[in-house]
Amino acid sequence: MSRILGWLAALGLAAGLVMAFGVAPREATQGNVQRIMYLHVPTVLVAYLAFVVVLVASIAYLWRRDPAADRLAHASAEVGVLFTGLTIAAGAIWGKPTWGTWWTWDARLTSVAILFVMYLGYLLLRGMIEDRERGARYAAVVGIVAALDVPLVHFSVYWWRTLHQPPSLLKPGPASMPDGILAALLVNVVSFALLYAYFVAKRVTILRREGEVLA
Amino acid sequence: MTYAHRAFIVLWKDVLTERRSKAALNALLFFSLLLLFIFQFTLGGDRERLTAALPGLLWLGFVLSGLVGLGRTFLLERENDCWDGLLLTPGDKSAIYLGKVAGNLLLMLIVEVILLTLFALFFNVDVGRALPALGLVLPLGTIGFAAVGTLFAAMTAHVRAREVLFPVLLLPVVVPVLLGSVRATDAALAGEPLSAVAQWLQLLVAADVIYVVAGLLTFDALLEG
Repeated sequence: MSRILGWLAALGLAAGLVMAFGVAPREATQGNVQRIMYLHVPTVLVAYLAFVVVLVASIAYLWRRDPAADRLAHASAEVGVLFTGLTIAAGAIWGKPTWGTWWTWDARLTSVAILFVMYLGYLLLRGMIEDRERGARYAAVVGIVAALDVPLVHFSVYWWRTLHQPPSLLKPGPASMPDGILAALLVNVVSFALLYAYFVAKRVTILRREGEVLA
Repeated sequence: MTYAHRAFIVLWKDVLTERRSKAALNALLFFSLLLLFIFQFTLGGDRERLTAALPGLLWLGFVLSGLVGLGRTFLLERENDCWDGLLLTPGDKSAIYLGKVAGNLLLMLIVEVILLTLFALFFNVDVGRALPALGLVLPLGTIGFAAVGTLFAAMTAHVRAREVLFPVLLLPVVVPVLLGSVRATDAALAGEPLSAVAQWLQLLVAADVIYVVAGLLTFDALLEG
């Protein structure tokens, strides 16, 4: 199962690379730098997906106390933090030539940064508790509180300041980009979602086996 | 015994122990005074600069003393092996959480009043005009802070590296509360009407409700030890 996911993700990412560098047109004002978007946007969307999975799995764990739900939350949080980190790094690399700065305290940069440290804390908590069952319960509580915090962070930081360009995909109305760019972006979004699923499946297996060895 | 009564008993127990030992309050008073010194030394004597940074400094003081105060919420139970006593309490355990949040709210509000007085005295700031507005803003911000802080303190009470873990977990989560509180305090101190920061006050109310409800619903899972 995870092997199939892995191959699908690899194929998708290869196709995504071809689309991003070959098929998608060169953006008129930003030039080739704009192609970082094919990494930046998919990773952030998948990171959000990952944290939604953490929330759902955390609620499921507190409700049913099924270790499988805990493993899913753990794996999804790790991959989510990884993808958030990639988003921030790719954004910084794009920001330097475009905005003239690696980092700025703009609303969306700030809220992603807060998300990043919030889930880093979640992983830190997991690493510090040896008792698996207790670690699972505590992490579930943090996973729920952190997810509930996301809308609050979003609004507060948005009112605080904003400079980022408006979202290109998740907004009402038709997408505001040429078909070539949109197609390349969508292929990459799907491929990164497959990569996420592959990483999570692998990580869940490792966590299960670790549990079996320690039990 | 009703739910409210049980929550009140937890609060009363903590108030009594605090009144007799004065452990937390004494330390926090001294800590706030030291914070004031630190602010003065690091920012220099320039009054203009201090006044401009005042809302941020105030909340920095509240947060730092809150981290010290809230982190030890469940330490008494932990160190004296009273955790099982909490576990054996009949009825809905979230009453314990509510009592603890109320206790922490009380403690933090006392510290905030004292810090505010110290600021007014030492930095020669006139806060009298802003008092009614601050009377609304400070509790609104503190409820959210105390609600998450109490929840996370119940967790970190059992972790060895609690001094590091508690702030690392708490600070990112309370960022919205902090942004809202600082902005509203800024408006209050500048003498602006509170309607100018209505959206921030709404955000604070929303945060308070969300955090308290999340705490009530999940506290049971933490109490198991």
